[in-house]
Amino acid sequence: MMNGIKTEDKYESIIGLETHLELETATKMFCGCRLSFGEGKNINTCPVCLGHPGSLPVINRLAVEFAIKIGLALNCRINNRTIFHRKNYFYPDMPKNYQISQYGIPLGVEGYLEVNMGDYVKRVGITRVHMEEDAGKLIHIGTTGRISESGGSIVDFNRAGTPLIEIVTKPDIRTSREAKHYMTSLRNLLLYLDVSNCSMEEGSLRCDANVSIRPTGVEGLGTKTEIKNLNSFKFMQKGLEYEIKRQKKLLYSGKEVVQQTRHYDNDNQITKALRSKEEAHDYRYFPEPDLVPLMIDNKMVESIKETIVELPEIKVKRYRDEFGLSLYDAYFLARDKKTADYFENCLKCFKDAKIVANWIMGDFSALANKEKIHISESKVSPEDLCRMLEIIAGGSISIKIAKAVFEEMFKTGKSAVDIIKGKSLEQISDSSEIEGIIEQVIKDNSGTVQQYKEGKKKAIGFLIGQVMNRTRGKANPKIVNKIMSKRLE
Amino acid sequence: MRLNHLTAHELKKKMIDKEVSCREVVQSVFSRIEEVDGNVNAYIRVEKDSAIKNADEIDKKISEGEGLRDFSGIPIGIKDNICTKEIATTCASKILENYTPIYNAEVIERLNQQGYILTGKLNMDEFAMGSSSENSFFGPVSNPWDITRVPGGSSGGPAASVAAGEATCSLGSDTGGSIRQPASLCGVVGFKPTYGMVSRNGLVAFASSLDQIGPFTRDMEDCAALLNVVCGHDRHDSTSLDIEKPDYKSFLKDDIRGTKIGVPKELTVKGIDPEVKNAVDSALKIAEDMGAEVEEISLPNLEYALNVYYIIAPSEASSNLSRFDGVRYGFRNKDADTLRNMYRKTRSEGFGDEVKRRIMIGTYCLSAGYYDAYYEKALKVRTLLIKDFNETFSKFDVLISPTSPTTAFKKGEKIDDPMTMYMCDVCTVPANLAGLPAVSIPAGLSASKLPIGLHIMGNVLREDNVIRTAYALEKAIGFKNFPKI
Amino acid sequence: MRISSDDVKHVAKLAELQFSDKEVKKITPQLDRILKHIAKIRAVNTDNVEHVSLIIDVKNVFREDTPADTVSQEDALKNAPLEEDDGFKVPRID
Repeated sequence: MMNGIKTEDKYESIIGLETHLELETATKMFCGCRLSFGEGKNINTCPVCLGHPGSLPVINRLAVEFAIKIGLALNCRINNRTIFHRKNYFYPDMPKNYQISQYGIPLGVEGYLEVNMGDYVKRVGITRVHMEEDAGKLIHIGTTGRISESGGSIVDFNRAGTPLIEIVTKPDIRTSREAKHYMTSLRNLLLYLDVSNCSMEEGSLRCDANVSIRPTGVEGLGTKTEIKNLNSFKFMQKGLEYEIKRQKKLLYSGKEVVQQTRHYDNDNQITKALRSKEEAHDYRYFPEPDLVPLMIDNKMVESIKETIVELPEIKVKRYRDEFGLSLYDAYFLARDKKTADYFENCLKCFKDAKIVANWIMGDFSALANKEKIHISESKVSPEDLCRMLEIIAGGSISIKIAKAVFEEMFKTGKSAVDIIKGKSLEQISDSSEIEGIIEQVIKDNSGTVQQYKEGKKKAIGFLIGQVMNRTRGKANPKIVNKIMSKRLE
Repeated sequence: MRLNHLTAHELKKKMIDKEVSCREVVQSVFSRIEEVDGNVNAYIRVEKDSAIKNADEIDKKISEGEGLRDFSGIPIGIKDNICTKEIATTCASKILENYTPIYNAEVIERLNQQGYILTGKLNMDEFAMGSSSENSFFGPVSNPWDITRVPGGSSGGPAASVAAGEATCSLGSDTGGSIRQPASLCGVVGFKPTYGMVSRNGLVAFASSLDQIGPFTRDMEDCAALLNVVCGHDRHDSTSLDIEKPDYKSFLKDDIRGTKIGVPKELTVKGIDPEVKNAVDSALKIAEDMGAEVEEISLPNLEYALNVYYIIAPSEASSNLSRFDGVRYGFRNKDADTLRNMYRKTRSEGFGDEVKRRIMIGTYCLSAGYYDAYYEKALKVRTLLIKDFNETFSKFDVLISPTSPTTAFKKGEKIDDPMTMYMCDVCTVPANLAGLPAVSIPAGLSASKLPIGLHIMGNVLREDNVIRTAYALEKAIGFKNFPKI
Repeated sequence: MRISSDDVKHVAKLAELQFSDKEVKKITPQLDRILKHIAKIRAVNTDNVEHVSLIIDVKNVFREDTPADTVSQEDALKNAPLEEDDGFKVPRID
């Protein structure tokens, strides 16, 4: 097996992904309407995003800055001069029946994203990053919610005009697993840039795939199909797997793959050809005459570069170099910004990175996953965690106690100090106190003591256990061991 | 002299001097509308009640000693492709017959600040596509000089209303000559500013890279004053120029000594009416007598201007008019049972023949396989034309030609052959393609008492030369005629 | 002929227009004549000419990311040919 592909496969699959990202600016791409969050229909609209006669678009500066950020993070070359084009087609969710998009001279080109596959690193080429506007939403009336069976549709233009970034890969992806990892890495990267909430459920991150098959090792590309409705990472993987199988089956049986758009049907876990539109769209692209060109000079690019936070790849390297963390651990902590931020905030008040890492990756994540929240959304702040780690380091509680304390902290939000005090969980390290309890235990277990003195050395474990029992685990095990051993000599 | 025939500056003086009230001015105009518009059909919609009400408010201001701005209380008509909030704006099309804008065009906001009086919405060629104002869902406009003839287009209503005294001034739009050509045929002043000087926000788009709003007036003084109002940067229009606007009235100088006037020979087309040619030649002679230098010149790519225009304009229009689909506003065919049927029936029933023709041409020129040969090629030839003009204007201050090769033609004469109609624009389209300021001023009357227009074009942002030359010639020509309607 | 009646039907589809056979017969020669005329620009040498799609020398026109100009729901729906449930109703999509 090489790079995830079985070498005895006669055909290899070629996958390209197109991702659309809704930006989280305050207002739309070409007008001052707010972006909507599930309020009533058609309440964030104006003559521009309703496509009224005489209305004109004006570019949102922040959207362009976000777009440049994304281009830079994907290692693209940012074009010094970029323009918008009109993409003409009729559909009811289109206020003007053309979309203002980019065509020949997009914002960013020739970039890449390196994807950690675990056993190898895959570099996925990015052909282009460009800006465009989103369409409105259609609500289909009728019992099934499917277009073909509806009794009409209702259009809501709240979403129309929302800034979209389109990211197109080269057909470099070879397996559905690579596709999933690409999307995950892309999503984490975009979350780092703080430009979108990147949610496939909410529709702010959307993905279409282009899939084709060719004989392994041969140059050139086979006929491709476009797969839509891949509404989650899981759908995407399943959709790709099915489509690859379907195409291979066709070619193995001597048939041809037809170029078409297919829709992923998760109920049946298959892809289906869309009935109508066998004619390819003629979008009649031409430069948008209502907008002027964008000239992006190096100064602008540099100033935006400065606003980009340390990105995951760099963080991983730094965590390994500076803190000696393993590749796995570094990726765990760096792969999403919220975790990395939490981790780094802890390091501000507790210096042992490995200890912090272990707690975050272990008990903390386990508890958080159970509640389906992120560690940063829990009741435990980085300072709270640090304080607990200091207490452990100081020796006043054992690790075992600490786990229980932490669970309480997670549940109640109380500080470690308060919990330990409240439940009197401080570790007993006072030698005289421990001596007293040891005397009691020796007195009450003369038989075992005798066994120890006769040569059964393991019996000391039982006696120490008794001390721990009587102190409800609070006795400092090291000290108990030391004193007990000495006492029994 | 009837009030409705006076200029804005004359009316302003009379109102300030309390010689007349604003109400009298406005009523004079509306009486005239009632008198003649049955024959002229310049108006799609008349707004009498609100006009009188606003006039009374102006009179109140005057009595309270408040000063008047240049267009306070002045009755102005607005071409029906300029959005007026809450007042139906139809573009003379069935597809917008009941459309009520939810916002004002920028130029309307500026006129509102002046306290102008809206007389009503003016008739035009549907979606500004035409040179005769015969392509209107609300019936053709007639030329007040001879109602069997066309007033020109597409701003026929704005031109005819000012000529006939049905408005003191009006605003029209110009994409290929739609202000200047009707001004010429109706014997009034029509000005197209440098592209980008007037906001297009609220102007229903025909060809985005060519459209400009401009004034129709009876003289250059009113014209300059109205330019002062409508020109200027607007943040809603990305193509609006963000520069300091001059006081256009400061260019009203009666002095063209040393002004270098070029006469492009490509614009004296074969088929030009000899009376038109004579009128232009006389005007050029007058210019020379006044100290200007007149020289015939050639711009090699000018002969292709009309072809370039009839690729670029329909192409942009085909896209701009896609929004008219019956979904969000306007006419919808309610019988259609599916979406595509609804689109097709709505648009086919809602648009007139000329509009459909231009959408078809434009769609073809942009379509796969033809884009490079037509649209892309046209943009390149346009670049060459702009280069020609740049070179020419390094040596000349203004270029003069006839505005239209003929005087007003008969209704129905050219409507069946689109190409013949398109030839009307040959002298005017170059200014749109290169974004140049240009004006048509009355140069005289033909033997059959039809107006002839003189076309004066300047370099980009050189309204100073255009206004100065036009003002000086206007004074010297002394055209003071009114149609006998 | 530069344009055939099949071309006309195809272009009409792109533009969401419909013409009866009679209308196609009428409009095809008109369009053909216009296209023949405008195609004359082919004669112009445009080698090495960068096209200008905008006459004015303006660049980088932006608006700031602050809310403005939104209209009420009532105004948004005011001109709707068919309104339902606060939205624009359209027939079944085919």
